[in-house]
Amino acid sequence: MTDVGFSATRRLILQGAGAVALLGLGNLPFGLTPALAAANDKYPEEAFKAKSEADAIKALYGKTAEPSDKVKMDAPEIAENGAVVPISVTTTLADVTSISFLVSENPVALVASYKIPAGTLPNVANRIKMARTSNVIVVVEAGGKLYSANKEVKVTVGGCGG
Amino acid sequence: MHIRRRDFLTLAGAATLSGSLPRLARGADNAGVYDLERFGNARILHITDTHAQLRPVFFREPSVNLGVGPMRGNPPHLVGRAFLDRFGIRPDSADAYAFTCIEFEKAAGRFGKLGGFAHLKTLVDRMRSEAGSGRAMLLDGGDLWQGTGLSNTLQGADMVDAANLLGIEAMTGHWEFTYGEKALRANLERFKGEFLAQNVYLTEEAAFNDAKAFDPASGRVFKPSVIKEIGGYRVAIIGQAFPYVPIAHPKRFTPDWKFGIRDEELQKLVDVNRNNDKVDAVILLSHNGMDVDLKLASRVTGIDVILGGHTHDAVPQPIAVTNPAGVTLVTNAGSNGKFLAVLDLEIGKGKVANVRYRLLPVFSELLKPDPAMQSLIDKAREPHAANLNEKIGVADRLLYRRGNFSGSMDQLICDALLGELNAEIALSPGFRWGTTALAGQPLTMEDVMAQTAVTYPETYVQTMTGGQIKDVLEDICDNLFNTDPYYQQGGDMVRVGGLAYTCSPNETAGKRISELKLDNGHALQAGKSYKVAGWASVNEQTGAPVWDVVAKHLRSGKPPNRAAPGVTLKGVEDNPGIAGQG
Repeated sequence: MTDVGFSATRRLILQGAGAVALLGLGNLPFGLTPALAAANDKYPEEAFKAKSEADAIKALYGKTAEPSDKVKMDAPEIAENGAVVPISVTTTLADVTSISFLVSENPVALVASYKIPAGTLPNVANRIKMARTSNVIVVVEAGGKLYSANKEVKVTVGGCGG
Repeated sequence: MHIRRRDFLTLAGAATLSGSLPRLARGADNAGVYDLERFGNARILHITDTHAQLRPVFFREPSVNLGVGPMRGNPPHLVGRAFLDRFGIRPDSADAYAFTCIEFEKAAGRFGKLGGFAHLKTLVDRMRSEAGSGRAMLLDGGDLWQGTGLSNTLQGADMVDAANLLGIEAMTGHWEFTYGEKALRANLERFKGEFLAQNVYLTEEAAFNDAKAFDPASGRVFKPSVIKEIGGYRVAIIGQAFPYVPIAHPKRFTPDWKFGIRDEELQKLVDVNRNNDKVDAVILLSHNGMDVDLKLASRVTGIDVILGGHTHDAVPQPIAVTNPAGVTLVTNAGSNGKFLAVLDLEIGKGKVANVRYRLLPVFSELLKPDPAMQSLIDKAREPHAANLNEKIGVADRLLYRRGNFSGSMDQLICDALLGELNAEIALSPGFRWGTTALAGQPLTMEDVMAQTAVTYPETYVQTMTGGQIKDVLEDICDNLFNTDPYYQQGGDMVRVGGLAYTCSPNETAGKRISELKLDNGHALQAGKSYKVAGWASVNEQTGAPVWDVVAKHLRSGKPPNRAAPGVTLKGVEDNPGIAGQG
């Protein structure tokens, strides 16, 4: 498979994630909404190569995020299984165009980036892999600005109860 | 052990005189120990972490219970003298014996065993009848069904019978879950009270497959709360199960359920109780552990009292925690049946006006065993008595478990693992249950089971690198000493045999453990492999049950290892969570 082909496949997967969100609304046409066009429509190869979350955010958005209590992340304090950690996010921010998940201590920080078409509820739940205990960062792009929330999630070998 | 009633007479009287804190003051004669001044219009009785100890026990409280960060020097992280000073308990008193480790063996001879469900029943009935009809209820904070050979064999069924006779009206759980869903549900079928857990949900897969749930819409597996009428007032009881069951124990016991602290869901529940159900008081029956409860009380509003357990902290007074909407009291009621908490509430319309709390030691020598409960216990034990009573050795010294890093009982278990499984290093879990044996006391199979009765007792021998061993120690150490209680799991440090190390509890994760050395004095090398034996792994194992390994070791009569446990502590010299002696 060529590099171009690989990127195209990945791009399809990302758009597919957008489509999942769209399905909830019923009948918006796939891949044609202005919101999707407005967001990065090229596979963000550099962002998915970045080691640190700051580099990944910069590569993905070209700007930095400010913490916001309007970004509500639901994540466990201690993961029941590092291989499938349920993380979800909702926000009351208006005009959300994308939501991204990053894990500082993973070999590659950016885990997933979702495009949020206009009219879609900004609510994403996914299960991510975590190599070890780390900060998990959620970035919400809304009205052209970046907002974030973060929480430490502990990955442990398991302990002994009292 | 002989009852020495005279000791109680003088010492209980002395406690009254010293009583700068009235709640600890006791009457001057035997019966008077349990004479409580009448107060309020509703009485809630609370037991927790009895660990199925149906019969009276010796249980030595810890001499090391360190608090780090903001928890340093604050309850429950006080031991010995510092504990007595903080709570105004007279040294040498019966209370000092019940609540601390000071001169444990001497005091054990004077004041005898504590707990036992027949004795507890007598005390519970008295507290109920003194409160008056319809004004009292009994709650259990979990870890009721596990901890003995009998409960292990019967999967907790013996404890359901005892709970029904004792009159437990609501409970939550922790080790209860380790019997698996089928046994848990079978027991709950027979339990006459409510099993409450607001923080147990179906996994997405289980919900998709229509697994059984109390509320399929939310995925809550169990009833989260119940509203009880006491003394004409409506009191909401919310259950909080141990939040980390699938992490601290093998996930295979609870494949369909997920846990967690879930304080946002808890807040919603409290708000509904307050705003829609118009309750007059809200009680959280919690198995979070005391540090977690103290943090939770600062975040979640609208709870009057958190009746806590899990960390086995016997704390004589509630700790008041301020939060944005008021004050929440946090308690912890000890373990192994040693204590009965009595919470007297003066409830008014929509609020608790005043509170009085006492944590009563259940002195078995002062309470006449209830005949019905005694007969229930005898009947349950009878078919297994021959096995349980089998004498397999003698305690060569005081054998106890509780303590942050080591205990003589766990040294014995590590010696057994090293010797019987021919390993270089032994690892044994830092459980906080497990009774105490006095020097010279015969050890029976029942005593061995009281240290080992889990549903995953299989031993293992595996090869681990020095680096892996250090990582495991660091990981467990962070469960104990993370400065944010929400990242702690309770329990104590894994016990080691054949290995010595230095621990700096105030450091951060990954930097606490250093200077690892084998018994032969050689430094543990990160890249080298070692033969490690252990038990109670969260991964499935196939070795002999640990109780058989320990019994075999005791029967062999090998000379006991009297070497001190090889843990050197750094940076905690002045911490009041460590006792100079005792």
